[in-house]
Amino acid sequence: MATEDIIALSFFAGVIALTLVITYWASKRNTGASSHYVAGGQIKGWQNGLAISGDYLSAASFLGIAGAIALSGFSGFYLSIGFLVAYLVVLLLVAEPLRNLGKYTLADMLTTRFNAKGVRATSALNTITISTFYMIAQLVGAGALIGLLLPFIPPTLAIILVGILMTFYVVVGGMVATTWIQIVKAVLLIAATIALTIGVLAQFSFNPIAVFSEVQSSVGQEAMVPPPPSFAEGIDTVSLFLALVLGTAGLPHILIRFLTVPDAQAARSSIVWATWIIGGFYLLTPIVGYGATLLVGRDAISSQDPSGNVAAPQLAETLGGPAFLGFIAAVAFATIVAVVAGLVISASGAFAHDFYNNVIRNGEASEQEQFRAARIASGAVAVGSIILALAFQDVNVAFLVALAFGIAASANVPVILLTIFWKKFNTVGAITGMLTGLISAVGLTILGPNVLGDAAIYPLSQPPAIFSVPLGFLGCYLGTLFGGKDAEREMAEGKQVSYDEIFVRANTGITNIEEELKEAAQEPSRN
Amino acid sequence: MAREGEWVRVERTPAFKQLIASKKAFIIPALIFFLIFYFGLPVLTGFTTILNASAIGPVSWAYVYAFAQFIMTWTLLHLYVSQANKWDVLVDQARVQAAKAGEEG
Repeated sequence: MATEDIIALSFFAGVIALTLVITYWASKRNTGASSHYVAGGQIKGWQNGLAISGDYLSAASFLGIAGAIALSGFSGFYLSIGFLVAYLVVLLLVAEPLRNLGKYTLADMLTTRFNAKGVRATSALNTITISTFYMIAQLVGAGALIGLLLPFIPPTLAIILVGILMTFYVVVGGMVATTWIQIVKAVLLIAATIALTIGVLAQFSFNPIAVFSEVQSSVGQEAMVPPPPSFAEGIDTVSLFLALVLGTAGLPHILIRFLTVPDAQAARSSIVWATWIIGGFYLLTPIVGYGATLLVGRDAISSQDPSGNVAAPQLAETLGGPAFLGFIAAVAFATIVAVVAGLVISASGAFAHDFYNNVIRNGEASEQEQFRAARIASGAVAVGSIILALAFQDVNVAFLVALAFGIAASANVPVILLTIFWKKFNTVGAITGMLTGLISAVGLTILGPNVLGDAAIYPLSQPPAIFSVPLGFLGCYLGTLFGGKDAEREMAEGKQVSYDEIFVRANTGITNIEEELKEAAQEPSRN
Repeated sequence: MAREGEWVRVERTPAFKQLIASKKAFIIPALIFFLIFYFGLPVLTGFTTILNASAIGPVSWAYVYAFAQFIMTWTLLHLYVSQANKWDVLVDQARVQAAKAGEEG
């Protein structure tokens, strides 16, 4: 084994050892369903902010965006913008109401209003679908990454290795371990990106404008500006922006993060932390991307991987040799494992909590039974996704992630928003809307060029959010209008709680109203 | 339906009404502004070339617009948080006012 391989491997071993120590420590605290799903709701704001950043800065962000900027210039930066601005949608519309209404899963929030198994089951189906696409992408990415960086480990083995590790973290350590692994990994990832940035800037006397100038003179002006406009290009770009800005507000593994904090203030402060960290990270992506263009070269990047997924590690190797490459590779590996662990929790929550406990057992499973079911489901989800990832090894990774965003924007966001803000919304509308969004997002993608190639019926290659999001809303609206009894009759039959309750709860965070009013009455006139 | 009545009681307090009015006054304009600003970028880059000109040396207006999105996000974030901290006070007041209304009613 060459010295480089030994250095790279020892970084890997160090990162894995660190995460195992965290998992061992967390396993003592992972004692019940609540700690397994949402870490007992006891994570602090800044910790959760780092953990959200960790969940969010997946392999697609760290490896994908740098590669996209390196190979195609400005348009690669679209992803950075969309991923960041999306936090405003989460912050202004979704985070606090979700926290105020939810418990363990997204479906919990919807069923706070709608007492119907159909709503819960459909929402669980959405969560599992979205998480699975996202997970396959991460696992396939892990296989490709490790295969390229440590050529003696074949991709198939790499996928299985990542799969086994994440299963262990989740089943043993639950959300506590997953959260702490995310925090550690977020710190490592930011350190790695700053190191890469400094390394690049050092070559250009610490003047970022000089990096841009150099790219302009060596590649040409087209690296600095968007691709030439056309009608189809315009629609496709707007559609991508729509999927990115709304998708985040519908990603189950991000949304359940708001349930891990004790109150609304902590939810808010975690978004402040996350937005600064994520924004700061994305602000550096052009320097890393262009640095790779200049120092590694577009030909060397695309000959290693046509989609540019290893541009950042290649840049590290150019800048700092095998030790730096080993460090970046280990961080990328930790990133993938941690994100996948977060996805497994959200998908297994949908299985165990929503399907098993609430749909099959009528919500009567004991705390112990639920905990066991959650662990079994975590293992099952992990095994399922490993098998799927092995089958989908050759599918484009960025495509799978974009698809997950498109589905989340179309299938989850309309139903979440209307549950909070629309008084007349009813059960049939909720189910119809979720299914319409899911089917149209997946369907249009299958009919598009990414799957059918030249035989595509739907012509555009970005997620079809520009059509499927309006269809999701339309499904909610038409289902409510024609499909069922109106909200007041459903209320009289006990199929949904009064909108007064949802409205007050979502805006105030009051849950045990009788107790809270009693307490408020006893406080000396704080009015 | 006693439980139902208590939610309505909170909903009818002056503090809760003020909370909702204040939230709407901030969130709706903020939302409209940032969505227009955000979608302005893909519309201008996808259908026109007006952002292709250079702004600062090699840096195109497209990049300047893109970086402005970062500044917008951070600004709105902090405006929102400073508003929301005031809303917490109103929530407390709504609780107290609803409790009083309950005792009297």
